Amino acid sequence: MAVRIQTKDFDAGAEMAALRLNNPKIGAVASFIGVCRDANDGTAVTKMTLEHYPGMTERALEKIVVEAKARWDLMEVLVVHRVGELKPGDQIVLVVVTGAHRGEAFAACEFIMDYLKTRAPFWKKEETPQGARWVEARGSDDEAAERWNSPKADVA
Amino acid sequence: MKIKVLYLASLREQLGKSGEDLETSPATSTVAGLRALLMARGGAWQAALAQGRALRVAVNQEMAQPTTAVKPGDEIAFFPPVTGG
Repeated sequence: MAVRIQTKDFDAGAEMAALRLNNPKIGAVASFIGVCRDANDGTAVTKMTLEHYPGMTERALEKIVVEAKARWDLMEVLVVHRVGELKPGDQIVLVVVTGAHRGEAFAACEFIMDYLKTRAPFWKKEETPQGARWVEARGSDDEAAERWNSPKADVA
Repeated sequence: MKIKVLYLASLREQLGKSGEDLETSPATSTVAGLRALLMARGGAWQAALAQGRALRVAVNQEMAQPTTAVKPGDEIAFFPPVTGG
């Protein structure tokens, strides 16, 4: 299953090339990269530590990929999420979705990120000039995930 | 019955431990029962696990509800709402 959790960085170009290698039926590659910012909620962030729940996190991501494949006609899906210490500018997460056409690939990529943000057990702790703090979950992320449950959401 | 309990992320820091093996009575046969048992320790436990606190629970690495059963050998994890991505 194309889900990986790792401390080391990833090369999105190499990952995308590998994903569509020897598959000339792929006509669309949609991707998302999440990046560590240097500020959050108006406070400077100098460093962040990402924690996960080994075992459950992989299973949760695999379930999200299975759900995406059930909703859209996709070919390959890859999710890479980093854990450990990250600095502003560092890549955090990569989602790549391939399919025959862009509509389904775009939709599935966004769906996977929305579900990852609300269902995959990862937690961020930020270092700020005022000290360390755990990032609070956002209601807007719940709303983003929730909209995929409306009847219209499946139309790619 | 013997169960394994895990505390993750901010909850681990509030409680000062990452997990423990517990020997519990049949009264703690649900997630809600286990939460009540842990809250009864008072202090940081009562504060961190209080009703109304945003808290998620997984049983055997699947998201659980207060009514979810807890059986011998289960792994129950308490953690805050997730913030990955």
